[in-house]
Amino acid sequence: MHAIEKILARAAGRDSVTTGQILNCRVDLAEVNDLYPQTILSFHEMGGKRVYSPDRLTFILDHYAPASSIQQAENQKLIREFCHDQGIELLFDVNSGVCHQVMVDYGLVYPGMVLIATDSHTTTHGAFGAFGTGVGATDLAVIMATGHLWLRVPEIIRIHLSGDLSAGVYVKDAILHIIGKLGADYAIYKGVEFVGSAVTSLSVSERMALCNMTTEMGAKCAYIQPDDVTFEFLKDKVKQDFAPVESDPNFQYAEELFFDVSSIQPQLATPSSVDNVRPLSDLVGTPVHQAYLGSCTGGRAEDIAVAARILKGQRVNKNTRLVVVPASQQVYLESLRKGDVEILVEAGATFVTPGCAACLGTHEGILASGEVCIASTNRNFPGRMGHTKSVIYLGSPAAVAAAALNGHIADPSTIIANLEQESL
Amino acid sequence: MKKVIKGRAYVFGNNLDTDQIYPGQYLELVEAGDIGLHAMEGADPDFAGAFKPGDIIVGGTNFGCGSSREHAAIALQAVGTGVILAESFARIFYRNAINLGLPLLVSSKISSQVSSGDTLIVYMATGVVQNRDTGAELRAEPMSEYVFDILESGGIKPLVRKQLASLKE
Repeated sequence: MHAIEKILARAAGRDSVTTGQILNCRVDLAEVNDLYPQTILSFHEMGGKRVYSPDRLTFILDHYAPASSIQQAENQKLIREFCHDQGIELLFDVNSGVCHQVMVDYGLVYPGMVLIATDSHTTTHGAFGAFGTGVGATDLAVIMATGHLWLRVPEIIRIHLSGDLSAGVYVKDAILHIIGKLGADYAIYKGVEFVGSAVTSLSVSERMALCNMTTEMGAKCAYIQPDDVTFEFLKDKVKQDFAPVESDPNFQYAEELFFDVSSIQPQLATPSSVDNVRPLSDLVGTPVHQAYLGSCTGGRAEDIAVAARILKGQRVNKNTRLVVVPASQQVYLESLRKGDVEILVEAGATFVTPGCAACLGTHEGILASGEVCIASTNRNFPGRMGHTKSVIYLGSPAAVAAAALNGHIADPSTIIANLEQESL
Repeated sequence: MKKVIKGRAYVFGNNLDTDQIYPGQYLELVEAGDIGLHAMEGADPDFAGAFKPGDIIVGGTNFGCGSSREHAAIALQAVGTGVILAESFARIFYRNAINLGLPLLVSSKISSQVSSGDTLIVYMATGVVQNRDTGAELRAEPMSEYVFDILESGGIKPLVRKQLASLKE
């Protein structure tokens, strides 16, 4: 069996499972965000009175942090009152950040767990060897009522990454390149595992970005086998015991794919689908109105640090605005202490409350018609960040900073190479 | 669930994402009636006004990709969608629709066999799809028994309600 299958088998109380089998799995942690007051309504519609297991539920107010309308405020109030009434202690309010970062910051994510959240990017947690997948409000309400959820055992694809990323090229460029080759529906219903020297050398932050983006090829879950990097990261965070699993050596993958990341140059997903990927060099000079650095994909301290490196002592171009949204309050603090926030504020950046912000077009950095945005986020669908006649290019945090500096799409690898030359 | 569904087709392309089915600016709405007013607004602003209960949505591959927002399925149910036929569905949208009791079927070549405005007749039990305007007949993939049972029960809420009630007895 594959590690993903072993996790699901354990959660279903079985010794073995097979691809395609439908299991009723115990959920170790279920997370609800503030887009989903419907979860509570559905729970009541099902006749739910008390949640099955309040200590295995968390609510995170991230999509509207803090509320910008009365309706948003009402929805958040409903959630706060529900948590209070049900004895749910893991309520993270509007001062926390994006759910996927907050759960990691607070040690709620660990290898071998089943994590279900009302957010499509729950694949992120494959970075820790967890089974993470997104669902809607009603599925989550089923978990609130029963502690379990039916899941189909997925086919699993293994992607081998070899080589070293060039200077100014990041894991975001690699995953955009891969999605561009495979397509937005390549991995529908499937699990995606990453292996190889170019994976084990990644930081936790980079592994999270890699697994996060598998959602954009349709994946159900992602997986990276936990190693010393994982355990070192988790050791002061996770309080409870956990039991990682490993795939059997004879496991038969549905497909095996191979990419050498050393040949990858900076990439952009161009309007208006994530698999519409082109080399950034083809698009240099495209005017940019807004450069957006943030989200569960590209808003961590390492991402803010690379932007600060590029913009140190410089000014954001007068025709462009740079919006920075740290993924969480802890990320914000880390970047503040390192001095990166100061560098970016001095360069003219606008900082926004940690959370989902304009990544999904709800508030704090919405685009007008005809505007062009470059973002370190995960989706560039029509109207995703505002007007349906605005467009979004997705790239690495460095590509976002390079565009903010120049007022148009510019090659971050040239800038990074120059900075490295100067520092010699 | 209705056994035979007859309605006019509204055809959309591949990778129709949930931001187009239900734009992010309306995510704070909670009531199904309010949500339905913005169905498909990101793809076709006139859709909600023109769509008649029982009409049929036809999509290409990866229908409903992107965000997990259940609003997308709620919106299409609120306008009275008879059935959604697509070449493949994104997994969260698929689960959301089934959970709400909104019928959908996978039919591999459907988008090339149907034009917007065609009248379709869909037999849910057999998966047969007849296009009254072209005479074409297609067969959708059979649904897994597990999923079909949820749909037949009118979604997962009545099933869980029964399960919870039996625990209390």
